[in-house]
Amino acid sequence: MITAHDIHKAFASRPILRGVNLAVPRGEVTAIIGPNAAGKTTFNKMVLGLVRPDAGDLRMNGQRIDGSAAYRAQIGYMPQAARFPENLRAADIIALLTDLRGGAPERDDELIDTLSLAPVLQTPMRVLSGGTRQRINAALAFLFRPELLILDEPTAALDPVSSSTLKDKIRSARAQGTTFLITSHVLSELEELADRVIFLLDGGIRFAGRPNDLMQEAGETSLERAAARLMRDAGRTAS
Amino acid sequence: MRDASVAEPAAVHAQQATEPPRLPTPTRAIGRILRYVLADVMRNRWILGYALFFLVATDLLVRLGGTGPRALASLLNLVLALVPLVTVVFGTIYWHGAREFTELLLTQPVERSTLFHGLFAGLVVPLVGAFALGVSIPLIAHRALGADTMGTLGLLLLVGALLTAIFGALAVLIGGLVDDRLKGLGIALGAWLTCTVAFDGVLLWLAVSFRDYPIEGPLLALSFANPVDLARILMLLRLDLATMMGVTGAVFTRMLGSATGMAIALAAMAMWTLVPGWLALRTFRRRDF
Repeated sequence: MITAHDIHKAFASRPILRGVNLAVPRGEVTAIIGPNAAGKTTFNKMVLGLVRPDAGDLRMNGQRIDGSAAYRAQIGYMPQAARFPENLRAADIIALLTDLRGGAPERDDELIDTLSLAPVLQTPMRVLSGGTRQRINAALAFLFRPELLILDEPTAALDPVSSSTLKDKIRSARAQGTTFLITSHVLSELEELADRVIFLLDGGIRFAGRPNDLMQEAGETSLERAAARLMRDAGRTAS
Repeated sequence: MRDASVAEPAAVHAQQATEPPRLPTPTRAIGRILRYVLADVMRNRWILGYALFFLVATDLLVRLGGTGPRALASLLNLVLALVPLVTVVFGTIYWHGAREFTELLLTQPVERSTLFHGLFAGLVVPLVGAFALGVSIPLIAHRALGADTMGTLGLLLLVGALLTAIFGALAVLIGGLVDDRLKGLGIALGAWLTCTVAFDGVLLWLAVSFRDYPIEGPLLALSFANPVDLARILMLLRLDLATMMGVTGAVFTRMLGSATGMAIALAAMAMWTLVPGWLALRTFRRRDF
């Protein structure tokens, strides 16, 4: 679904991605892991068109991501944290996004129910807690039944119940063919969810493959320990 | 949960791919964004305070000085100082504060130029509305609007709207170029000080220092470099006070005459909106979020 060929990106002359080649297969959960500032969020933002590569070829469904916007109708995005206009309500945000997407005949409201968001839909954002806003973010990402869901640290600000609900939703959507690109520091949960792992280190790909293969390569029994081992071997501290 | 009978996910997406959603036209999308940004900004305390300030100040000026040229000149001085200040400061804060929401909207199928125009209109429209209501209501309430005053008020509203658009564009440009909010605010205040205080001082110094030379032409050219000066000249030409206030006002009247001077000042102010606005749009389209 996503193919990246020889992607380079630097911020203020500091290289973040150095010749990254990767593929995100359709219908699978691909996890991007790595230490802080490894370029995980940068790559996600490139797929979304928020960040432009300095060089390289990035495609979604064979179409080059080059500044046009229509392809994003097939993407749902849950950022690490989102601040919304403080005087708007979640219902306003949903209405705005629905308008911008040209309507939503088959909306997926499941997370609005299961994350108990119905009672706060009419509440101004300024009085909602960070956790509630993040639950709204999760519901917004799934709302339009996108082909591709990009989740950036999806459970970081969620309570255990909401986190579990979201993971259940990821599993059920994946079972129905949705493709996921997830970054997270909670590697234990990626172990549960990910079909493939891409390990970014120092701007390049250190490993790309099945989680079990990564654990096997590192000689460890968990994804977290395997990632830590690879980082230690590369002389990096764990994030 | 979706229908469990959907056994072939690839087929589902293939169907979606052949039936792309009908995305709104750019104009419609700008209207949608503006609608919700307005719903947010109109409840902002800054905007309410801004409207209230002009309401009280205009009311006091009308009560104390009527609607003669001197009272309107006082109101003009207030407009020339306050509209750029509030716009450039509020605009810079607004643009930085909207950063994450901007990111969220840019992950939707919305072109960057569409979003930019929606957000920019969402900044300028409430500020112009608050200013226009604040100034107009007391004048209407005191039945102070004769035919001549009505024309002057119309021009004052136009000048205020243009200053809002100009300093709104500058704020958006600063917000786009400078990531640090405090640094952006500092630059915004510097731009305001330059236009409202420093610039006229420099012109006055030039006029005095080179009084033995024919510098009217260069002074006239320099006045185009400051939108606040242009706004002042425009209003003073209308009030027939141009020769009394400001170096450039006197030069404008003498060299261009009132009607031509006003037309040129208006055109120059329009350019002052378009050029920073275009630069801000260019920055917005090219930057990483």
